[in-house]
This record gives sequence, C-alpha cells and structure tokens, in this order.
Amino acid sequence: MATLHLDNVQIHQGQQSLLSLDTTIAPGEIVTVMGPSGVGKSTLLAYIAGFLSPAFQASGQVRLDDTRLDTLPAEQRHLGLLFQDPLLFPHLDVEGNLAFGMRRDGSRAERRERIRTALASVGLEAFARRDPDTLSGGQKARVALLRVLLSAPQAILLDEPFSRLDATLRDEIRQWVFERVRDHHLPTLMVTHDEADARAAGGRILTLSAA
Amino acid sequence: MKAALSYRLVIRALPWLTIGLLSLPVLSGLAGALAPAFGWLPALGGEQLSLAPWRELARAPGLGEMLRLSLVSGLGSAAISLAVVLLFLGSFLQSPVYRRLQGWLAPLLAVPHAAAAIGLAFLLAPSGWVMRILSPWLTSLDYPPDFAFPGDSRGLALILGLVIKEVPFLLLMSLAALVQCRADARMTVARSLGYPPLTAFLKTVMPGLYPLLRLPVYAVIAFATSNVEVAMILGPTTPSTLAVAVVGWLHDPDLTTRFMASAGALLQLLATLAALLGWWLMERLVVRLSRGWWQDGRRHCGERGWALVARWAMRLVLGLMLLALAGLALWSVAGYWPFPQSLPWPPTLANWQDAADGLLSPVAQSLAVALGATLLSLVLVLGSLEAETLRRRPLRPGAQLILYLPLLVPSVAFLFGLVMLQAQLGQQPGLLAVILGHAVFVLPYLFLSLAESYRRLDPRWAQQARSLGAGPWRVFMGVRLPMLLAPILTAAAVGFAVSIGQYLPTLLLGAGRVETVTTEAVSLASGGDRRLTAIHALLQLALPALGFVVALLLPRLLFRRRRGLLLSH
Repeated sequence: MATLHLDNVQIHQGQQSLLSLDTTIAPGEIVTVMGPSGVGKSTLLAYIAGFLSPAFQASGQVRLDDTRLDTLPAEQRHLGLLFQDPLLFPHLDVEGNLAFGMRRDGSRAERRERIRTALASVGLEAFARRDPDTLSGGQKARVALLRVLLSAPQAILLDEPFSRLDATLRDEIRQWVFERVRDHHLPTLMVTHDEADARAAGGRILTLSAA
Repeated sequence: MKAALSYRLVIRALPWLTIGLLSLPVLSGLAGALAPAFGWLPALGGEQLSLAPWRELARAPGLGEMLRLSLVSGLGSAAISLAVVLLFLGSFLQSPVYRRLQGWLAPLLAVPHAAAAIGLAFLLAPSGWVMRILSPWLTSLDYPPDFAFPGDSRGLALILGLVIKEVPFLLLMSLAALVQCRADARMTVARSLGYPPLTAFLKTVMPGLYPLLRLPVYAVIAFATSNVEVAMILGPTTPSTLAVAVVGWLHDPDLTTRFMASAGALLQLLATLAALLGWWLMERLVVRLSRGWWQDGRRHCGERGWALVARWAMRLVLGLMLLALAGLALWSVAGYWPFPQSLPWPPTLANWQDAADGLLSPVAQSLAVALGATLLSLVLVLGSLEAETLRRRPLRPGAQLILYLPLLVPSVAFLFGLVMLQAQLGQQPGLLAVILGHAVFVLPYLFLSLAESYRRLDPRWAQQARSLGAGPWRVFMGVRLPMLLAPILTAAAVGFAVSIGQYLPTLLLGAGRVETVTTEAVSLASGGDRRLTAIHALLQLALPALGFVVALLLPRLLFRRRRGLLLSH
C-alpha cells in the first residue's frame, strides 16, 4: 500500500488564508485533524477528495507515493470517503450499494460472491436484498464502510464519521472501523472535533486553529 | 477521461439550447410580425415599407373598445386574483385552512383554461346549471331568463373566467416564495409583538414576498391581457378583445388583411407592455404610500372583515371551478334536458358513443404533441439543472428572466410573427412546428416545478458516488435521476398538462393540420352542441389527470421496497 503525502497544502478564501498542512500518512496509520467548527476541517477533506468549492483556492500537492492526485478528477483518485451520514443510496438495495463502488473486474458471479463474503464478515449476510432504510444505525454505518472498502481505495478519509451514532454504538463502530483500515494497511485521515475519536485512533493528532 | 469530456460538452451545451428554445421563437416571432406590420412581406406581394397597415388598423371598427376590453379584463382580473390570494394568505397562512388548500392547487392548475372557461359558461349561462337549480322555486322562471352570459359587453364573464384560473396559479407560486422569504418566522415575530395575522402579513411578509412573486404576477397580467381562448369562450364578440380580433384577421380569407393583422399583433404587444408599465407604476406608488404604515405601530387594519372576505372569495373561486367541472360531466351524459330541471334524467352514454370515433384522432394528436414537447423540455431542463451543479451556482437573474420570456411576451404577438415567417420561408406547418411551439410554453413550467427539488438534493450524494469511482455520467444517470424520479415525473406531468391545454400554438403553427382536444373544444364551444363540447372539455381534463396518476403511481411501484425514497418526497 502507498503512502499519502500532503505537501505544503494551503487553502485560501480570497485573500484570507484558511489553513495549511504538510504531512505524510503511512499505510495503516491514522492521523487525526482536530479543530473547532468553522476552521475548515471539512474544506481540507473536500480538497483532498476533489470537491473543493470554487469559492476556495488551494496550493500544494496531494500524492500517493509518486502519483499526483490533486490534478485528477475525484472519481479517479480512489480515496474512500466516509461522511457522518452513511449516505446509502435509497434507490438501491444493500447489495446494489456495495456493487456500486466495486470495480468491474471479474465476472458478475465473482463480484456477488465478494459482496456476500464481505456482508458475512460483519454478520449481515441475510441483508443483501434489504432496503437500506430498514437497517439500524449501526448496520448502516457498517454497510457504508464495507462499500468504501470494496471499492478498493488507496487511502481513507473520515469526515466526523461517528458523530451521528448513539453513544453506546459509537465506541463499538469506531473500534471496528479503525481495525479494518489497519487490516487493509490504508493511510487514513480523520477530521473530528471529538477528543474521544482522536484518542481511540491512537495516532498522531494535528490541531488546526483559526488562521 | 473521454466520458467526462462528453459529459462536459453535453451538459454545457444544454443550457444554451434551453436559452435558444425560449428566446429564439419569441424574438424571431416578434421580428416576423414587425416587417409585415410595416408593409414588407414579399410572399404576399408587400415589397415596400409603409404605414398603410397601421392606418388600416386605426380604421378597424371598435378598435378603441377592443383595447379597453383587453386592458380592463387583464388588469382587473390580475388585481382581483392577487388581492384574493394575498388576503387569503394573510388571514390563513398559519392556520389549517391553508394546509388543507395546498393539496388542491396542482390539480386545479392542471385544468386547461379552455375547459375551465367552457365549464363556467355552461354553469352561469341563462340556461346553465345555476339557473336550473334556482328555478323555478326561487326565481319563478319556467324559461331561461334573458341576460348576456357569457359574452356580456363589459367582459365580466371573461374577468371571472380568468380569476378562477389565476388564483390557483398565484397561490402555487407563493408556496415556494413563502418558504424562501421565511414567511413563517416573520409572521411569528410580528404576531408575538401583538399583530393579528393579516396585519402581520401585510406589514412584514409582503415586503419580502412580493419581489419573489413579481414575475409570476407579470406573467398573469401578460396572459390575461392577451389570451385568446378564454376571451373567445367568455368574452364579448362585438367587439371582441384585441387578441381575438388579431386571430380573426389572420384567418381572414382576404390575404391582404394579414398586413393589418401584423400591426394588430404588435399593438397587442404594446398594450400588454403598457399594462405591465402601469402595474409597475402602481407598485411604486403602493410601496411609497405604505412605507410609513409599515412602521407606524398600528396593529389593526380591519382584519376580521377582510378574513371573511378572503374566506368567501376563495370558496367562491374554488366552488365555481369545481361546479363548472361537475357541470361538464353532467352535460356529457345529458339526453333531453329541458330548462328548469336541475339534473339530466335519465343519464345516457349515447353522447360518448356517438362522439367516440371522432375523438380518436384529436386524442392521439394531443398525446403526440404533449409527449414530444414534454420529453424535449425535460431533456433541456435536466441539462440546465445539471449544469448548475457543474458550475455550483444557481441561475442568474438574467436567466430567470429568459425563463419567463415566453410567459411575458403576448403569445399571440410572437406566434403570429412565426406564422408570417413560416409563410415567407415556405416552411410547412405541421406536427413538428406545433411540438416546438408547445415546448416554448412547457419548458418554463417544467423548470419551475423541478428546480427546487433538484437544487435541494444533498451534494454529498454525488460526492459519495464519485469517491466510489463513478464518473459524472454515472452519477447523473445512476444516482441523481433515480433519486429524483418522483419530482421529475411530477414536473413532467405539469409540463404535459400545460401542453394539453395549449390552444394558440396548435391553432397557428399547425395551420389546421393538427387538431387536439383543446382546439376541438374551443371551436365547438362557439357552436350550439353543449354535449359534444363538454365531452371534449372533459377529455382536456382527463389527459392531464392521467399524467398525474402515472407520476404518482410509477415511483411507488418502482420503489415500493425503498422506504427512504418515498418518505423524502
């Protein structure tokens, strides 16, 4: 697995400098970016993932090893993005949601088999044909991460991923997500305002402050 | 990379095609009316510029009266409709009455103008349903009384017919505008400061609401001063309104009358512009006069009386519309129905059976035109809204104006010019021209119906899909379209209904070769056969209703196991 480099990333809004960051994230490492709301944490993720609003300007480079990402369209960056809402497509069933992100290699039967194995690994094998809206919050969160992992990402971006979960579920899902990204040796960048998220991740913590 | 390029090319081109479809027919139509109005139309032997058409127009009998009728009925109906809507909203915005009404608006708006006008004529005519119900026990009449309705010389029937269609339209347009200007919050603040609802509405909501309602109001004025089918059915005949006269001149067997008719079409444009200018000046005046009133701290403005007026005016408008439509159903199954009897007894299906053969062709033509125009408009509207997501900003005010262009320029003026262009260029009138003509009017309504839902869709859905590797086409086809299927179908049903109800573009651009249920209904309305007329008017209602049923049921069927989609809309 490749290392994610953020080389001298600076984001401006007009004349005003919003944030700057220069770091590398090794495979399996989880780096947490913290800061109060309004400091531009989500803007940073939007920039890395390729969705920066035209209201902002950015300089610097985003690389995976030697491949430059910030010049590529979002869909070719292969960065798995996980929002605070699971955002399971409401018009597709669970299996359809998982299939949506998979690359079209191998036969259809092989892809189905991989989906079944993935669902079985989280105890959801009976849910393949279910309407996502009928899943519980914890089940939705698991399916959302499975969808990202099955899309074979090169790195993971987490945008306040646990803030909408019940307190009782939050610890369990958090541990589960972190285990998975470590198992897959994925460099992971998480933005959050929750100290507990940062502690649980156990990696480096970068704090953004209002510029 | 290739897919992304094709997406960009297509999606960037569609807004320009939309602008073209909305503005080119209007502008070239006006140009097409301008030249013959000054004597130039080589196809008919007019090869030098002159003012002769205008001199001839000035000599047309009753021209002044025609102008007066168009302006009075247009401005009068718009003022009455707006007053009813505002008084109603002011009195009942935060009450259950308002919420109950909302569900009625879209179906009422889908009632074609011609069907509503025919129903109203049959309802209030001397031998109409109302007179039959009241006779002889109340009126002691055994024969129909003698009063002129429809077609009274002062145009009251025409004004009434326009009002019952404009009130639902303005109410529906207010729904979105009220949300946008945060009317609820404004009302709550004002009421907590001791203002009763109507005063709170007029002093705090109106200043924010009216600017958002201005273009719809102008569209109402433009339509009301220049429409043809309602004025043909309900308006006076000697003289008629200017727009009706222009269409009559156009169909005069003496082709040289067309020069004068062109001048008449331009005069219609000037009359509508004058009406809009007059209204705009009144707006200025009202704003100037009410500035002080907004902040004088007075809490009352006779709101009890006005609430009563608003409630009864709204009941009258909706009641007339529903009774008119019910009356159409009665006439369609009436056998022998002598005057004071209130119901045709026994009902018979004979009228429908006799008419059945003749209905096939107009229904098929209506469907062909409406499906074609709706499909074309839908592609252009989806492209334009998708382009907004690409540029990540909504329409500029200028583009908003272009959207309203076909609704603000009197259609009789620019459609007339298009007919002149057809004649000059030797273009064949026919189905394709009619479909394009309908699309000019379908597209704005389709856009206005769909834009809110499209813009409200959370952008993170697309971001999630793209971060999973989906290219822009796949995000559009695989995520946005299915997620928005319900509002897309509803908007398409609105567009379909607009097309079914079109009279003038079919009549003028089809040159008699395209006959829809609407053109048939309008031409039957001037004859004496109420039964056959009612059948055509009912078909005008049935086809849009069918569209709305499909729009309602199809998503429920396709997504019956997708709760998240059905709940969100």
